[in-house]
Amino acid sequence: MTATLPGQTTPSEETAVTSTLESPTAEAVATGTAPAPVVRRRRGRRAVGLVLPVTVFAALIGVWYAITYLVLDPGRRFLMPAPHTLITDALLDPTITDKVWPALGRSIVVTFAGLAIAIVIGMLWAIAMSQSKAVESSLYPYAVALQCIPILALVPLIGFWFGFGFPSRVIVCVMIALFPIVSNTLFGIQSVDRGHHELFTLHRAGRFTRLLKLQLPAALPAIFAGFRISAGLSVVGAIVGDLFFKQGEPGLGILLSNFSSRLQGAPLFFTIVVTAALGFAVFFLFGWLSKLVVGSWYDQSRDR
Amino acid sequence: MSAPAPATPSVGTGARVLEFTDVARQFPDGTVALEGVDLTIDRGEFVTVVGPSGCGKSTLLRIASGLDAASAGTARVEAQRIGYVFQDATLLPWRSVRKNVELLAELHGMSKTATHQAALDAIELVGLRGHEKKLPRALSGGMKMRASLARSLTLDPDLFLFDEPFGALDEITRERLNDELIRLFVAKGFGALFITHSVSEAVYMSTRVLVMSGRPGRVVDSFEVPFGTDRTPELRFTPEFAKLAGEVSHALREGHS
Repeated sequence: MTATLPGQTTPSEETAVTSTLESPTAEAVATGTAPAPVVRRRRGRRAVGLVLPVTVFAALIGVWYAITYLVLDPGRRFLMPAPHTLITDALLDPTITDKVWPALGRSIVVTFAGLAIAIVIGMLWAIAMSQSKAVESSLYPYAVALQCIPILALVPLIGFWFGFGFPSRVIVCVMIALFPIVSNTLFGIQSVDRGHHELFTLHRAGRFTRLLKLQLPAALPAIFAGFRISAGLSVVGAIVGDLFFKQGEPGLGILLSNFSSRLQGAPLFFTIVVTAALGFAVFFLFGWLSKLVVGSWYDQSRDR
Repeated sequence: MSAPAPATPSVGTGARVLEFTDVARQFPDGTVALEGVDLTIDRGEFVTVVGPSGCGKSTLLRIASGLDAASAGTARVEAQRIGYVFQDATLLPWRSVRKNVELLAELHGMSKTATHQAALDAIELVGLRGHEKKLPRALSGGMKMRASLARSLTLDPDLFLFDEPFGALDEITRERLNDELIRLFVAKGFGALFITHSVSEAVYMSTRVLVMSGRPGRVVDSFEVPFGTDRTPELRFTPEFAKLAGEVSHALREGHS
């Protein structure tokens, strides 16, 4: 007791002294000056949240104009047509838009057909693997192979086997979009809380009940994360297939190839923007769906 | 549950719900979690186990529930319906309070109307009326535990297992839940096996307190609690309560050293 007493008193004495010394400044900070910077910082952050993206965007457009008019000779401006020409020479030109809009429609169909098939196959694949270690170790290597083999190398083979039409384009999409769905669904199912599993074990829930009432709902946030990645990849798949096969009804990929081979700068850039917009749209569609389905209960902050 | 439940169990007040004889549990790595545990619980008995962390208290519960099996001795569970309240509320985050409470009835294949009714009754019993539609994330720790309790209540268990259910709660919430659990116990008359590391909680809640020592976990002492079922928070400040709590504490320290 005697040994510990001095040790215990010194820190409290120290704090007592420092607190009396600092109390006026501490009060001033608490009442007067402190709230103001906090508010200012918050407002500042909100302003930065808007001003900065706009500035960056404007700067990029500026750089684009600079390259078009300052770097390129007039004869070579098709390499980087000025931003406004995308509107004047493409968006407002019916001969261009009559090609772009139907192509966009076809690519959308390929994207969603591929994505839908990838979702069905991917989830079934993951669910099968989640049910048995043996199935997992026999099937997972192929999912990894799908991810590691450059799909582009297989595209000619797919055309060779399945022709150069719609089915082949969809198959390319599926192959590109499959892996994130498989791995995310499997990860989600395998990350189910142990306590929840025990609860189900305790009440003798069967395999199917456990899957339906516990594993799949718990995996939904991960599954939707996979969907979101695959949605973007599916657009890539649709364009790549189209670009490569170059036959049949043209999608965006064929247009890209045509416009570039004819040195039609503005239509090419316009089509690129449309393709990018499709990618964004599909990505955000799934982001929105995810929020709709799991947003109410899933704590996103754990993910960030 | 190494022994099968008898074909015609006599479940009524006083009926035996759990009987451990010389139960031991050795894990594959050689750790002896439990050794020579004898324990019986009848309906209408509230048995609390106190002991240091890692003394095998949870293993005792896991064996009683069938999540784990004894490696020696017989663990006979004669209860037909077991309620298990975990340390964590283990609510499914995507289900509302009502749907969470309905889960076990669903798993046991109860009819939709019976499930609804059982859930409504249980929610009423634990005082969660008006919160049925909330998701678990919107509940306080105490409310989550109430929901977890209600979930088990829907099965009307003969044997209730509690694994430090109120350990993570603040003292006021904990004491309030202690009182409500006593009220439920008196109303339902189930047998209870309650794990805690709080001596005061143990003495306050139970009809019998068992003291366990660690490594290997064994029951070193047992105290009958003489207080009736009409317990009020004031009981904690009576000399009799303090004396008994002191004895339990002492036994705990003896077993620990």
